[in-house]
Amino acid sequence: MAHDTHAATHHHTSMGLDSRKMAFWAFIGSECLLFGSLISTYLVYKGRSLVGPYPHEILNIPFTSFSTFDLLMSSLAMVLALAAVQRGDMKQGKLWLLVTALLGLVFLGGQFWEFSHFVHEGLGLTTNLFGSTFYVLTGTHGAHVTIGVIWLLTLWVQALRGKLGPANAMTVEITGLYWHFVDVVWIVIFTVVYLIQ
Amino acid sequence: MSEQGQAHATTGTYLRIAAILVMITLIEVGVFYVPAFQAVLVPVLLVLSAVKFTLVVMFYMHLKFDNKFFAFLFGGPLLLGLAVVVSLLFIFYGTVRLRTGS
Repeated sequence: MAHDTHAATHHHTSMGLDSRKMAFWAFIGSECLLFGSLISTYLVYKGRSLVGPYPHEILNIPFTSFSTFDLLMSSLAMVLALAAVQRGDMKQGKLWLLVTALLGLVFLGGQFWEFSHFVHEGLGLTTNLFGSTFYVLTGTHGAHVTIGVIWLLTLWVQALRGKLGPANAMTVEITGLYWHFVDVVWIVIFTVVYLIQ
Repeated sequence: MSEQGQAHATTGTYLRIAAILVMITLIEVGVFYVPAFQAVLVPVLLVLSAVKFTLVVMFYMHLKFDNKFFAFLFGGPLLLGLAVVVSLLFIFYGTVRLRTGS
């Protein structure tokens, strides 16, 4: 099997940990600093816009709550995909990988609609400090979701071609780490940007 | 299986965590709309957000079950990132207060 051959090439560190997983946790740590700086910038300039539209005039809480629910459900689908791949149930694994990717696409569609609506309402990237910091923060997060969706769809295609199985469940686990990190970043953004106005 | 050979959480646990996450999100949105909570809105929302964050990291990212070194690799930069946020807020708002005298 192709995935058995692939699994045999996995390297472990002297601590007995998978080197790819260790490297990925370090990458996620660096991402904490990236988003920490973007969130700091948003908070520092919060309430400093000299012209509108202002956050309370434009942010749509019910709509964003749905997007949050969507992303939380995608995290559930991701762990179910990993669990299925680990136990060798590739039918379920393929299904949940696709569901995760589709929920990610729904989130991206919502973000596209939100951005379009805001631009229509007169909030551009250079309109005011709120626009600049909001688009950079949520846009960076959206770019991460986009990468995640492409990654998930790539895995799904691999699974369809029979190149993904329990032997390389670590690949799915690392994809899951990335996806859940994107989810936890949104948990913070939802609170800091949308709910605390 | 995790790095130390321990099993991850069960499907039932994943579903329960999802239900808790949805409930907390509903509480967050509810608190946002209730005028009586406006005085304590920020601390309540920050605590609820922290609970959701922790649940996803511990159960969905498996840090509760995995090798503690991964928690160190994630927790170190996370604390540093939090320190950056808090420091910048103190520096910026402290400067504004000094300048305005308020």
